[in-house]
Amino acid sequence: MREFAYRRTSRIDEALHLVARHEGARFLAGGTNLVDLMKAGVESPARLVDIRSLTLDEIGETPDGGLVLGATATNSAVAADPRVRGRYPALSQAILLGASGQLRNMATVGGNLLQRTRCAYFTDTSEPCNRRVPGSGCPAIDGAHHNHAILGWTRHCVATHPSDMAVPLIAFDAVVRYEALDGPGAIPLSEFYLPVGDRPDRETALPDGALITAVTVPAVKAAGRSRYRKVRERASYAFATVSVAAALDVRDGVVQDVRLALGGVASRPWRARLAESALRGGPLTAERISAAADVELAAAEPLRDNAYKVTLARNLIEAVVTELAADTGEESNG
Amino acid sequence: MNPDGITAAVGESRPRIEGRLKVTGAARYTADVPVAGLAHGWVVTATVSRGRIRDIDAGEALAQPGVLGVLDHRNARRLNPDAGQYFGPDRSLPLLQDEVVAYAGRPIALVVAETPEQARAAAATVRVTYDAEPHDIEFSLAHPAARPASTLFGPEADTGDLEAELAASALVVDEVYHTPEENHSAMEPHVATAWWQDGHLHALDSDQGPFGISQVMASLFLIDPERAHIRAEHVGGGFGGKTVCGPQLILAAMAAEHFGRPVRVALTRRQVFLATGSRPPTEQRVRIGADADGRFRAVHHHAAFALSPLAEYIEWCTEQARTLYAAPAIRTELTAVPLDLLPPCSMRGPGATPGSFAFESAVDEVAERLGIDPLRLRLLNQPEVGPVSGRPFSSRRLVACLQEGARRFGWAQRDPRPRVRREGDLLVGTGVAAVAFIAGVFPSSATITAETDGTFSVRIGATDIGTGARTALIAVAADALGVGVERIRMHIGDSDLGMAAGAGGSRGTTSCAFAIVETAKALREKLAGATTPVTASVDTTPLINWRPDEDRYTYSAVFAEVTVDVATGEVRVRRLLGMFAVGRVINPLLARSQLIGGMIGGLSMALHEEGVRDPVTGRLVTADFAGYHISAHADVPGIEADFVADYEPQDPSGFNGLGEIGNAGVAAAIANAVWHATGTRHRTLPISLGRVVESVAAQDRPQAVGVA
Ligand SMILES: Cc1cc2nc3c(=O)[nH]c(=O)nc-3n(C[C@H](O)[C@H](O)[C@H](O)COP(=O)(O)OP(=O)(O)OC[C@H]3O[C@@H](n4cnc5c(N)ncnc54)[C@H](O)[C@@H]3O)c2cc1C
Ligand code: SF4
Repeated sequence: MREFAYRRTSRIDEALHLVARHEGARFLAGGTNLVDLMKAGVESPARLVDIRSLTLDEIGETPDGGLVLGATATNSAVAADPRVRGRYPALSQAILLGASGQLRNMATVGGNLLQRTRCAYFTDTSEPCNRRVPGSGCPAIDGAHHNHAILGWTRHCVATHPSDMAVPLIAFDAVVRYEALDGPGAIPLSEFYLPVGDRPDRETALPDGALITAVTVPAVKAAGRSRYRKVRERASYAFATVSVAAALDVRDGVVQDVRLALGGVASRPWRARLAESALRGGPLTAERISAAADVELAAAEPLRDNAYKVTLARNLIEAVVTELAADTGEESNG
Repeated sequence: MNPDGITAAVGESRPRIEGRLKVTGAARYTADVPVAGLAHGWVVTATVSRGRIRDIDAGEALAQPGVLGVLDHRNARRLNPDAGQYFGPDRSLPLLQDEVVAYAGRPIALVVAETPEQARAAAATVRVTYDAEPHDIEFSLAHPAARPASTLFGPEADTGDLEAELAASALVVDEVYHTPEENHSAMEPHVATAWWQDGHLHALDSDQGPFGISQVMASLFLIDPERAHIRAEHVGGGFGGKTVCGPQLILAAMAAEHFGRPVRVALTRRQVFLATGSRPPTEQRVRIGADADGRFRAVHHHAAFALSPLAEYIEWCTEQARTLYAAPAIRTELTAVPLDLLPPCSMRGPGATPGSFAFESAVDEVAERLGIDPLRLRLLNQPEVGPVSGRPFSSRRLVACLQEGARRFGWAQRDPRPRVRREGDLLVGTGVAAVAFIAGVFPSSATITAETDGTFSVRIGATDIGTGARTALIAVAADALGVGVERIRMHIGDSDLGMAAGAGGSRGTTSCAFAIVETAKALREKLAGATTPVTASVDTTPLINWRPDEDRYTYSAVFAEVTVDVATGEVRVRRLLGMFAVGRVINPLLARSQLIGGMIGGLSMALHEEGVRDPVTGRLVTADFAGYHISAHADVPGIEADFVADYEPQDPSGFNGLGEIGNAGVAAAIANAVWHATGTRHRTLPISLGRVVESVAAQDRPQAVGVA
């Protein structure tokens, strides 16, 4: 049998040492992704260091009116927090549209960001996969890739990042905070996920052995009017085919701030900066919304069987921004 | 009340008698039954679609703790190469006989250990190398290897002058429809525990018919059929996927013999997908010629399905065309395409379900193009007698289903034009489909003993795979014996109980009910004046009318309302109504559950289920529930299933089967509703958003942006 050691600690420094000192040691949070992958043979850590007893599950405020989401706060707790619901409704919606009630009760903030792709070849150890075994090849490119990336992929990997939660977080400029043996650090979520390049197995900028302690979300005025819409192949309990997080601040008929991010389209949550700049500073008209969606998707390179995702992403940006505009009562100037 | 003053049990709604055991976890399914000295087998499956095993290196596995050994083609016992099942010889049955790999997912080794964890870990270290050969899984009706399908179910239809009638038609619809490979996905994965004692094989198996499977096992292991004892007390669903002798049972029996102790083999969900048969993909061309007033002149249904060269199989898609509507010329053709796939296996209304999708979509296209209401078109073309057979129908209450369904659904208010109902971004549409499902009985035998304590022990090799068959048969026995249900002791799920139909082909309950009714009759005659215990047995083989002079079918009309999001292509079903004519209903509560379950299966087929194979390797990519989507609760609307009064004259009690008809018509009704909502016809299942979004959005561009 594949045996592994299990340790639980309530001290961060001990947790860091327990992982640093052991080749193949991993932090265990909710275990909803890691344990599944261990069963499938994709991950085989020699040691699990359970971090659920660390007191990292608080949801607190930052001085500027933003929020600190503790790394081991459960997805359910974050989604239900009145401050999250009031200030960042898209974040709460995104979490609630993911997984199931039972899973969200176990899953944590840190684990959610670090969950691995749902590419079927990645989870089947009898298949090659560059992300799992560097250099072994990517069968998805010529294989079944109906649900794979349309943006930012390379010949080395065309997988998507599965997290819903990360999509609004990236739209709101969230920052990942961590502790490592050589001290604390912080990485903006927009730089957290590495470009695919030729090493898709290198997924994040988190230093080896570092422990995520929290995710901070700055105050974003537009986020109070934000929305997350997730499209998937059935009504619930499926990962996003394409999703959109959008926030809008329109005053005097002019877009003051707009935040747009896409899920299900790339190896990371995709901040739609081109679309944002196309909308910012001008009136919110149908033509401009449409043009903004087009400019973002102009870079899309669909694979043989997933061109529908380009249409879908484009339509979703239009639909969600249009709905938000209707909500703010600012649509009449078009 | 029957003559003895006992309220009839048939027709009463009663919950499953084992329901409490099941919801409290006390009911023991195959893998729950403890067996002393048990060892555990873990299956290793082939990862190439065609080729030869060069080597299986089990050295590392054999060195692992708890491992008893590894069975493969080099050390496994020989099995009868000519063993077969329902469709005749099945060369896929003898496992571990040689180095040939005929399909990906084929079991090629079994690692046996003291615990399942040890077996699993050891199996992961088995290194298999292959000499791969080019494979072909490229299915199409025009495939060069395509050949006429087996005519075991009777010849295909060819009446009238098809080409002349088509030429004389005011309108000809000629379209091609596709359905994908689909997997049964029963909740309980396939599992078996087997042991040998004094030359007898004993096994607990998750299957749909232990008697039939005991016969296959006896033939495979070349033992006397009386020496194979198979039990399946509680089975967590089958949907056809457990009608055949599964690899879990064959491997468990081989290993039990080899290691001289009981062995359990439980397939993982992935292995169920890879190593047990699925519904094959189909490609179907339907041509319908009609007069301008809607009367059909010609019906031509040519269906092709994939199978394996190892075994015969029939996906009888052409059944609707020969019985649903009258036409002077009807031709059906059924084509089998052998590919490097595992042998398919009957699933949720085999043939009828994919066939109905194609045929009833084509009928709807006739209505669309002639501008005739699709319900009216269906009523207009009803036959007086079997359109191909020329025989009268034993009972045909389809019109009642259509009319009552239309009334309840509010069909009269329907605007026939497509794409005219809109609620924000949602297009709304409704659709209808009719379906016939062939009915009948298989031979079965029953034994009933009148015990001294006044109870009756009924022994029959029936199987309850979650349908409520046990409960239904108790009611049938109670009425046939003229006693209350509390006096019936029902024993089922054991091949030793004698020859009986399995839970398949929508015939399990009717076949077994027939046997019980006849046995009760015999017992009551014997009982007069005799002292108990008294036992009677009847085998219905000689009682079954194999050449009835009437056509026997069950019927259903399905109505669906859907919404389609113009921005995203998401299709959701809002309402689903099924009216059914299924003979006299034994237990309305259970019957309705069965039909609603079937309708959900149909919805799932229409919108979600799709087995996807890698175009390069031929391997199944969607081999788990993350990749193979089944409708979730949120996809399932309120569903209404109800019955029109019906009585089957060919059955002594008026019964008919209703196992699968719930599934059969739903996909077409939903597809027709999607057309009504969007104006676009979807001829490929599932109608997933990727298929819908581009067509629906393209037509909608100007309105989609409602801001300006
Ligand atoms: C059936 C199913 C459906 C799902 N559906 C969805 C969905 O629709 N949308 C969606 O977004 N997600 C979905 N998920 C994924 C789910 O959200 C993730 O599994 C979950 O968020 C992971 O969190 P966890 O705490 O359980 O992580 P774990 O499984 O414990 O850990 C995941 C990884 O993160 C590492 N890790 C965890 N915490 C830290 C930390 N603080 N510092 C450093 N490393 C850490 C672990 O070492 C591991 O590598 C689904 C999961 C399942 C099983
Ligand atoms: S897309 Fe990425 S994860 Fe999927 S097979 Fe290719 S390399 Fe592996």
